[in-house]
Amino acid sequence: MTTRAVENWTLEPLVKFVKEASARLVLVMTSAGQVLAQHGFSRAVDVMSAAALGAAIVASTDEIARQMGQPPFAALNHQGERHGIFLAAVATGRGRLVALVVYDLEVSSLGLVQLFFEQLAADLQAASPKDSVPKQVLAADFERELSASLNTLFGR
Amino acid sequence: MTTAPANYTRALDLVTRVRGVRGAMLVSADDGIIVAEQLMEGIKGPAVAALAASLATRLRRAMEAAGVGASLFWHLQAEQGALLVVPTAGGTLVVAVAEPDVNVGLVRLELLRAGEVVG
Repeated sequence: MTTRAVENWTLEPLVKFVKEASARLVLVMTSAGQVLAQHGFSRAVDVMSAAALGAAIVASTDEIARQMGQPPFAALNHQGERHGIFLAAVATGRGRLVALVVYDLEVSSLGLVQLFFEQLAADLQAASPKDSVPKQVLAADFERELSASLNTLFGR
Repeated sequence: MTTAPANYTRALDLVTRVRGVRGAMLVSADDGIIVAEQLMEGIKGPAVAALAASLATRLRRAMEAAGVGASLFWHLQAEQGALLVVPTAGGTLVVAVAEPDVNVGLVRLELLRAGEVVG
């Protein structure tokens, strides 16, 4: 399984997290769904779908929290028969990032993912560029940016 | 804030009353999440719970592979303390964190009793 990053500062924290939490698939993305790093995905179309769905879930839960007058939910976990999905946001110098983690219940657990996610969040905060202005992706450039990101993520 | 059911508190009391025990927890074996706890300050409960559950899963597989049945009790001795665990039939781990010189036999007895209380 390969781990690849569009923004290199995310790579080391992600590699460490994957190893410690025994995660099967991981995406690190902006809250708009722009992927910064991935582990375990073999097809670009899967990354695009997962990023879009993950970002949409976070946006939906943020809105539910807002309507309840609460701060955004810290994390969301969905446990299936064989796999679990963990989704959580982390504030970094690069802006608010979202991590989507798919773990196999045979080799990992929610407790392990939560435990090592705390470390991932701290590592991403420490490694992120401190004074960077999040890059705006304009509609005109969107397809080119997306293609470039996917090429990097899949080593093309 | 929620409080643990009375039988969980009773189960933990059985373990923590033993001299040298620094804390006890009930942990969901599948998730590695704490169900109830009585821990002294300084013990990282969520970390111990997650790692103990992970270890319990691997030990269970090793026992199954060895054809010796389910694990009833395990004890890890370290320089500065010990971790003692009893898995229950209902999928809960009764975990004790103890001083290195704790009376292991007594802790084992109370962990098994606590396991019966939890079910």
